[in-house]
Amino acid sequence: MLAVRDTRDRVAFGRLFDHFAPRLKAVVLRSGSAEGQAEEIVQEVMLTVWRKAAQFDPERAQVSSWIYQIARNRQIDVVRKENRPVPEELGYEAEAEPDASRVIAVEEESGKLRAALGALTPEQRSVIEKAYFGEMTHQDIRDDTGLPLGTIKSRIRLGLERLRHELKGLRDE
Amino acid sequence: MTQIVHHVPERLLVAYAAGTLPQAFSLVVAAHVSMCDQCRAALEAHHAVGGALLEDEPKSDLSERLKADLMSRLDDAVPDEPVYRREGPFPAPVVAAMQGRGPRWTKLGGGVKQSILSADATGSVRLLSIPGGQAVPDHTHGGLELTLVLQGAFADETGRFGAGDLEVANDDLEHKPIAEAGPDCICLAATDAPLRFRALVPRLLQPLFRI
Ligand SMILES: [Zn+2]
Ligand SMILES: [Zn+2]
Repeated sequence: MLAVRDTRDRVAFGRLFDHFAPRLKAVVLRSGSAEGQAEEIVQEVMLTVWRKAAQFDPERAQVSSWIYQIARNRQIDVVRKENRPVPEELGYEAEAEPDASRVIAVEEESGKLRAALGALTPEQRSVIEKAYFGEMTHQDIRDDTGLPLGTIKSRIRLGLERLRHELKGLRDE
Repeated sequence: MTQIVHHVPERLLVAYAAGTLPQAFSLVVAAHVSMCDQCRAALEAHHAVGGALLEDEPKSDLSERLKADLMSRLDDAVPDEPVYRREGPFPAPVVAAMQGRGPRWTKLGGGVKQSILSADATGSVRLLSIPGGQAVPDHTHGGLELTLVLQGAFADETGRFGAGDLEVANDDLEHKPIAEAGPDCICLAATDAPLRFRALVPRLLQPLFRI
């Protein structure tokens, strides 16, 4: 991803496509898009990844989180034909030389998060997937169908501490 | 900025991250996150969960031309998207919802003003401006109501809400918010159903004002 961001490396982008595009399509199909529209959305997502690569910051997020976020936005933009409201940008420039220890911290955290997800029962896992892949209806959300968030919460909490620290730094500048 | 004490509930933040919240509620969540580092960090943590699930997802087959099509589009001109910034009490997503033009207030009586940003079958979102010390009429909710304070403060039966605070009201809450003395209290309020006022007169006025 950094090769895509920093040197506009098309071969590296092709590898990113090979890894994420088939998974993205699977996710987009789950939330109800038809075959043709799903591929249109995948293409839009990957094009956005290419165009907004400069905004990717490995000190804050894994590539997969960043792409997940773009995918959810683009799918809504395409399906609802309206722009989804997004939070204000914090107005920072990602650094050319990311701090290696912070990048490693993000990776470690993400590994632990995946392990925590892997430890869920199949039922819990299925509810979590539904919630994060947009398969829940508005009514489900209002009824609060009991997301088993508790099990992954300790992992999220650790990430929160680090992110809060990072954001504080950005605000103070 | 004063300390924010009322945040976005976890399930709403997950729904926002996943894109399942109706547009009106999404705007309120995006506005709160713009004002609140704690919820911004929480949102990014939810993106990490989404990303981890994405990594584990089995691959679907792509049509043969998809990759080549995409690679040929990399040099296409990038369409210009307007960039909105915070203006006064209004965070960027609210400015974007007004297309940068600022609120168009209509009077509701008693110095209370509103500016409807959008209203459709899935819900409505509007700005409300209440003079300091003034009350909003008694009402119950036919659905879910999210109210984000952008300026000033109000208090009701459930507590005090200052700038950045988010109140989540459900069907069963009947409340009477009163703006704190001081500058006008400006709120961003979204519902998925029309509000029902207790007193007869405001109810008759409802279709007129769409509140
Ligand atoms: Zn918050
Ligand atoms: Zn209310």
